[in-house]
Amino acid sequence: MDVELLIAIFPQVLLDGLILGFMYALIALGYTMVYGVLEFINFAHSEIFIFGAFVGVEILLGLRSAGILAGLHWLPVLVLVLLAGMAASALLAVSVERIAYRPLRGAPRLIPLISAIGVSFFLQDAIRLVESVWRNAFNLVYPTMDALNERYELTSTIDISMKSFVVIAAALLMLWGLHALVNRTKVGTSMRAVAEDQAAASLMGINVNRVISLTFLIGGAMGGAAGVLFGVQYGLINPYTGFIPGLKAFTAAVLGGIGNIPGAMIGGLVLGLLEAFAASYLSLLTGGAFGAEYKDIFAFSMLILILIFRPKGLLGEVVRERA
Amino acid sequence: MLRLDALDVYDGEIHALKGVSLEVHRGEIVALLGNNGAGKTTTLRTISGLLAPRRGAIHLEDQAIAGMPAHEVVGLGIAHVPEGRRIFNRLTVRENLMMGAFLRKDAEVAGDLERVFTLFPRLQERITQVAGTLSGGEQQMLAIGRALMARPRLLLLDEPSMGLAPVLVEQIFETVADINRQGTTILLVEQNAAMALSIAGRGYVLETGAVVLSGTAATLGDDAEVRRAYLGE
Repeated sequence: MDVELLIAIFPQVLLDGLILGFMYALIALGYTMVYGVLEFINFAHSEIFIFGAFVGVEILLGLRSAGILAGLHWLPVLVLVLLAGMAASALLAVSVERIAYRPLRGAPRLIPLISAIGVSFFLQDAIRLVESVWRNAFNLVYPTMDALNERYELTSTIDISMKSFVVIAAALLMLWGLHALVNRTKVGTSMRAVAEDQAAASLMGINVNRVISLTFLIGGAMGGAAGVLFGVQYGLINPYTGFIPGLKAFTAAVLGGIGNIPGAMIGGLVLGLLEAFAASYLSLLTGGAFGAEYKDIFAFSMLILILIFRPKGLLGEVVRERA
Repeated sequence: MLRLDALDVYDGEIHALKGVSLEVHRGEIVALLGNNGAGKTTTLRTISGLLAPRRGAIHLEDQAIAGMPAHEVVGLGIAHVPEGRRIFNRLTVRENLMMGAFLRKDAEVAGDLERVFTLFPRLQERITQVAGTLSGGEQQMLAIGRALMARPRLLLLDEPSMGLAPVLVEQIFETVADINRQGTTILLVEQNAAMALSIAGRGYVLETGAVVLSGTAATLGDDAEVRRAYLGE
């Protein structure tokens, strides 16, 4: 075993894990916020996430074919694409709730779940159909912006690309913004009140349906932001790309304690780090017996172990309630 | 101030109220007595909009409010302290109180917060504490204080004595009488009939979803049937 190599790549692996983790955290918020309010898993959230990525790539491709992408500074372009992806995913999430979930509010729990799975398939193939007609292709590549690909050497073994830095900064900013919104504003307090007791919240004058729409709006916006950042970071997207990160983000939400917002952030980071370390270290530590392709097995085994010992998730049940 | 006319209410499959009519006048405390399942809680839930009546009418002053969603009823000046208190356990005491004032945009919210703290000094001591960690009595104070933050004309109180030690019950009832003297009309549901009749002006007795008796607190307190069934004599 090459200990020096293990140590040398550590910071780089940590960085990769953080980027992946922030991505999962942003997506996980959509699952956990909706679950917190409705106790319902929105299985279509992975498509709401990838829809943001598609809106982003369409804008970038549009700018490029208009011949102005190269001439623009990367920052306003990125902000524009992020905002557009967030808005589109947010609107999609709110519409999905109105059309496919709200009419089933009183139904047994399995029914809206099946509806969500249906929406997930529907959205995958709707995106594929539209892109196939429009571009004659549904595997799309994010146009590169040179400034974002520039790498900065921190030491001789670690370097960070501009886009990695941007992804982390944007994710942090959004997580901080959400945290402030939920914990420091009246609207955020009303969301927490609805999550805890809908009837009591309505007795306060809170319009529960509006808060539920708002929850989908914010969760969708976070998912859309993650979609754009995913495209910028990893480049290639297709209509089915959302599924696996979505599933992992859902796992991250459960790991952190489903329904718990800080839990989703921490769960996302833990899962991202586990995955990155497994990908880089498994083969080194086992002398090549297990390659990087086993990373998911390792990461999910860890998850199962954590959940055996903490079934409510890492941050589940922080508050003990008295009768 | 509030008038219910021949209300028929179903809670799920159960025909919970069968033609209930009652009135609450401005400035009164009216007690709603009866055994478990008689329809007391259902009556309050229907007034505050958590349940919609199948037949009948509810008027607040001259406005028909039957079937109006709960979040709109609050805005008309009816605040409901529900059965089991239903405070937000994961919110702090201050956040709970501010949720009570959710619809208010006037500048007097801060003053009303002070007023609640004058009524319940314990809440001020625990202002930053998460509500789920309060004792039962403190939770009841918080539930009442939260409702007062809406600055209601009419306060619906469901079983404020539930699960509390006798000394606390007395304290809560004194405060309820205080709140009434300061100008809030009160409709009070209570198992503890003696306590309720001691502060109420009038009362109604419900049995299996219908009003079987009504009158002043004094008449009800003297009624042989009431004494046997609800005052344990």
